[in-house]
Amino acid sequence: MIRLTDLTKRYGSFTAVNGITLDVPRGELFGFLGPNGAGKTTTLRMIAGILRPTSGSVEVGGIDVVANPMAAKSKLGYIPDRPFIYEKLTGAEFLRFVAGLYDQQGPDIERRARELLALFDLEEWRDEMVESYSHGMRQKLIISSAFVHRPEVIVVDEPMVGLDPKAARILKDLFREYTRRGHTIMMSTHTLEVAETMCDRIAIIQGGVIRAAGTMADLRASAESGTMGLEEIFLKLTGENAARELIDVLDA
Amino acid sequence: MSSTPSVAAPVPAPAAGRPPSSGLPDPSMLHLLSPKWITARARAAAEERGRTLRFTFLSVFGVAFWAFIFVMLYRLLSYFRNVQEIGPLIAGKLLGLILAGFFSILLLSNIITALSSFFLARDLDLLASAPVDWFKLYCAKLIETLLHSSWMVVLLAVPMFAAYGIVFSGGPLYPLIVLATFLPFLLIPTVIGSAVTLLLVTVFPARRARDILSVIAVLAAGALVIIFRLARPERLARPDGFRSLVDFITILRGPTSPMLPSDWMQHAVMTWLAGRPQILPYYLLWSTAAAVLVLGAALHRWLYAFGFSKAQESGQSFAHDGPLSRLGRSLLKPLGVVRRELVLKELRVFFRDSTQWSQLILLAVLVLVYVVNIKYLPLRGDGVSFFLVNVVPFLNLVLAGFVLASIAARFIFPGVSLEGRTLWLLRSSPLPMRELLWSKFWVGTLPLLLLALAIVGTTDYLLQVTQFMMAVSIFSIALMTLAIGGLALGFGTVFPQFETENAAQIPTSFGGLIFMMTSIALIGAVVMLEAKPVYAYLSARAYGTPAEPFAMIVGFGLAAVLCITTTVVPIRLALRRLEQLER
Repeated sequence: MIRLTDLTKRYGSFTAVNGITLDVPRGELFGFLGPNGAGKTTTLRMIAGILRPTSGSVEVGGIDVVANPMAAKSKLGYIPDRPFIYEKLTGAEFLRFVAGLYDQQGPDIERRARELLALFDLEEWRDEMVESYSHGMRQKLIISSAFVHRPEVIVVDEPMVGLDPKAARILKDLFREYTRRGHTIMMSTHTLEVAETMCDRIAIIQGGVIRAAGTMADLRASAESGTMGLEEIFLKLTGENAARELIDVLDA
Repeated sequence: MSSTPSVAAPVPAPAAGRPPSSGLPDPSMLHLLSPKWITARARAAAEERGRTLRFTFLSVFGVAFWAFIFVMLYRLLSYFRNVQEIGPLIAGKLLGLILAGFFSILLLSNIITALSSFFLARDLDLLASAPVDWFKLYCAKLIETLLHSSWMVVLLAVPMFAAYGIVFSGGPLYPLIVLATFLPFLLIPTVIGSAVTLLLVTVFPARRARDILSVIAVLAAGALVIIFRLARPERLARPDGFRSLVDFITILRGPTSPMLPSDWMQHAVMTWLAGRPQILPYYLLWSTAAAVLVLGAALHRWLYAFGFSKAQESGQSFAHDGPLSRLGRSLLKPLGVVRRELVLKELRVFFRDSTQWSQLILLAVLVLVYVVNIKYLPLRGDGVSFFLVNVVPFLNLVLAGFVLASIAARFIFPGVSLEGRTLWLLRSSPLPMRELLWSKFWVGTLPLLLLALAIVGTTDYLLQVTQFMMAVSIFSIALMTLAIGGLALGFGTVFPQFETENAAQIPTSFGGLIFMMTSIALIGAVVMLEAKPVYAYLSARAYGTPAEPFAMIVGFGLAAVLCITTTVVPIRLALRRLEQLER
């Protein structure tokens, strides 16, 4: 459902994403892990059609995002990591506006918007302007907006940031149910526990290159790590010495 | 667990340079201001596109503006100096009036600026959570407010005081005298303005107070313009129009008051220039500045913590899907879902932001003043030729075009820039960027077109122009409005200001300046293309010379082609830019 072929993105002499090739089939929840600045957000923004690849290709549902962006984007819902939205629209108006961007309207959209707002405890805020929403409420509204037009694929960057435990739990259930119904999700996260428990497959990216990809069993095999958890595998594969350095700093 | 530090690990000793554990940290006021200074320095050193051109343009424009003010005042004051007895009195009264104007502008500007610097600035969370002494924070924010609100008045004051000093021979100490009086003159409205804002914020939530203040500010500015116009200052240029000298002096006396710092400063400067310096105005200025500073600081200590806490509240801002919204949706139904939702979004975002729509009030006032001025033009009676009567409506097009370009700079030019932070949503949706641009074009240009037709239609009616001139005016202004709309949107997209939070700052960017210059060139080109056929027609009417239908077709045809091209081409360029944009 999402196919990245030799995907590369350069900013001048800096290569943010370097020849990534990935295939995420229909009905899969795919996790994208990596340290800060590894190229996760750049990759997701290329899939969402916001950034143009320097080379390589992105296909969503078999449609090339660069060659046929409108058709590819109509299958997609994108949730960014920074919840900037129109401050002067109400939550209900924002959802209606997003549905309108996908040429959708009518009672079905109104009902779905109400259901999504209720699901994330935003029903009482539906007629309140976004300027008075908290960070977490904005994040919930953006997540709702990605679902309002029933996309086949959802690309989501750090979905758990700013969410309260209840909303995080709802989101996990929503993602599971969504993929169970044959839709596809590609998600970047720093929350390793979320990736370990939710994702069917995981890719670990560092320096713009995929270090390992596959199921937890595949990753363990790649890292030659026996029964290790994802945190240890992640640190081993990305060569992080952060924990050691942390102790050094505190002892200094 | 081996990687986590032991809770029993020794607490690290304070590093060199840190305060001892017994003392409290006490950052200085200069330290609090240092990020502003560093930011300004970095901005000045930053290399960005068109920086040299912008700097050159602003320098030339600034020097020309200063020179203009200086020369005008110099000539006026030189004339006053030579008028026996009342000359210096008039010069003094003029200075008092200007300073009173400055004082009211400063007061208003400080009230608005203080809201940002004391309550809404992004650095406040950091400062409020840090161990910063309240008085140092107050002083740092006061200085920030003073600099932001007063720089324009200071720039205006430089050529003005220079003209007074040179005409009345102020001597080498004159700049120090001005400085010694101008500093407390600037400080007093800053402290008062900040105190008023503090009181306002304790009553209203800060964001609601900002809405209220922006409307008050615009209303006040509008009222000032109307009062100025009603005073008919042009009469002062014709003293022979007054019955007696006493009447003339009475008019000049104006609204100055002995209780205002502007009057004290005027006395200090004028008595120095007259060679009879007095100590009282300095005493009044400095003692008042010190007193308001102490009172302002006390008020700050008493109320700021409460006000700042209250400023974090946003206030309720509900918006129901009412009958107006439903009416709008059904009226826009023929546009289709995507365009309709885009247009509705544009309208909602505009009319719910008081800082945006309140400027329409000022706009209405300016248009009113413009129309009234046209009405008072002496175009009737003996000695007024047929040509003059017809040329004035033609020149009216230039002025109306300039007014429309200014409005487009304020309302259409920032359109794409204001999408900056939400562009991810539009870019990741299947919305063609063409739809976005044309929606923005029509939402901005249609009201502009209605306004243009109203201005030109009304002024032409007041001028009682011929049907031919009325048709020329309507035709030209309609085409020019479309072209100005296209240019505004085009330049606004090619030179976007995505990171600017304040929409009012976007038109003054480099792209805004380029847009204004291009618009003025367009207006000039259209008028020049139409001038010859209009002249030929008027000559034929007045003197019976042969009409030139071919020249008319060519002139108006070229003007139409120029306007249509400048409507479409900038939007196409903008589309290409928007599609290449990576945000």
